[in-house]
Amino acid sequence: MTNVAIVFIVGIGTYLIRLSFVAAVGRKTMPEWALVPLRFVAPAVLAALVAPAVLLHNGGFDLAPSTNPRALAALIAILIAWKTKNTALVIVAGMSVVWFLQAVA
Amino acid sequence: MSDNHNQRRSGTLDGAGAVAPMLIGVIPFGLVFGIVAAGSALGPLLGGATSVIIFAGAAQLAMVDLIDSGAAAVVVIATALIINARHVMYSAALAPHFRDFPTPARFALPYVMTDQAFAVSIIRYSDVDDPVYKRWYFTGAAVTLWIVWQLSTIAGIVVGAQVPDSWSLDFAIPLVFLVLLVPAVKSRPELVAAIIGGGIAVAAAGAPYGLGLMIGAVCGIIAGVVAHRTMR
Repeated sequence: MTNVAIVFIVGIGTYLIRLSFVAAVGRKTMPEWALVPLRFVAPAVLAALVAPAVLLHNGGFDLAPSTNPRALAALIAILIAWKTKNTALVIVAGMSVVWFLQAVA
Repeated sequence: MSDNHNQRRSGTLDGAGAVAPMLIGVIPFGLVFGIVAAGSALGPLLGGATSVIIFAGAAQLAMVDLIDSGAAAVVVIATALIINARHVMYSAALAPHFRDFPTPARFALPYVMTDQAFAVSIIRYSDVDDPVYKRWYFTGAAVTLWIVWQLSTIAGIVVGAQVPDSWSLDFAIPLVFLVLLVPAVKSRPELVAAIIGGGIAVAAAGAPYGLGLMIGAVCGIIAGVVAHRTMR
């Protein structure tokens, strides 16, 4: 499948997800069994995106700042995100830590 | 000047004003997406078009990442749609308000639905009744975010063409996701979902077809539901 097709399928699918209940006139609320799992989509998906990107290096689990600076940088980024919720600051701080550790390693 | 005209004007301005402080978070996110997309297999043109066709930052970023790592098309599509599944909640919550809108607006406005536009609108809707004001409030918030997202994507694409690999800018992807993840962990069941989701994704990183992310996400969601049932 071409990348163009992938982009359009995700685009149409995303639109239909957003339209779903708005288009369905007559039904007001979501059933409880659907509401509970949806609550955990964001934390589960985001953690699944972040963890491999920061904890794995050259295919293996690596927390050492000298060989995998991303793990320590991510830890610092989590603390800043928790305290400030400032996207730009988190990106700048996280990148700076990586650059610093790359430079000294 | 008609009353409708006033409602339209004040709704649009109030909606745009409500999302203005959030743009500080949207702009760097859009820049990062543009930079990453420009250097990815999608390239600057299709990468930029993605912001118009899909208009969902986290899904766009995850998609580019998966396509670049050679994931199967079905896995890329399924992963992106799982990330966007939370919009079903927004759709359900907005539906009783959108019911009073003209049909073209009911079908057009979901296209610009975002986490931020939903959040500010649903709060405002508890205080107001006028459907004209409500319609334009959502429009003002959502279209402002849409324009800023497109502009910051384009800016990122232009900048991205000149960034060397040694800058490790791909690390900005997990950093953006971290900013979204931290506030999403509101209570212990969410923390369980995040730890299991992240842990399984690491363990399954070598899975074929790029399935690791989806396996981790689904396990995390199930763990969250189990935790929700046992912890209350």
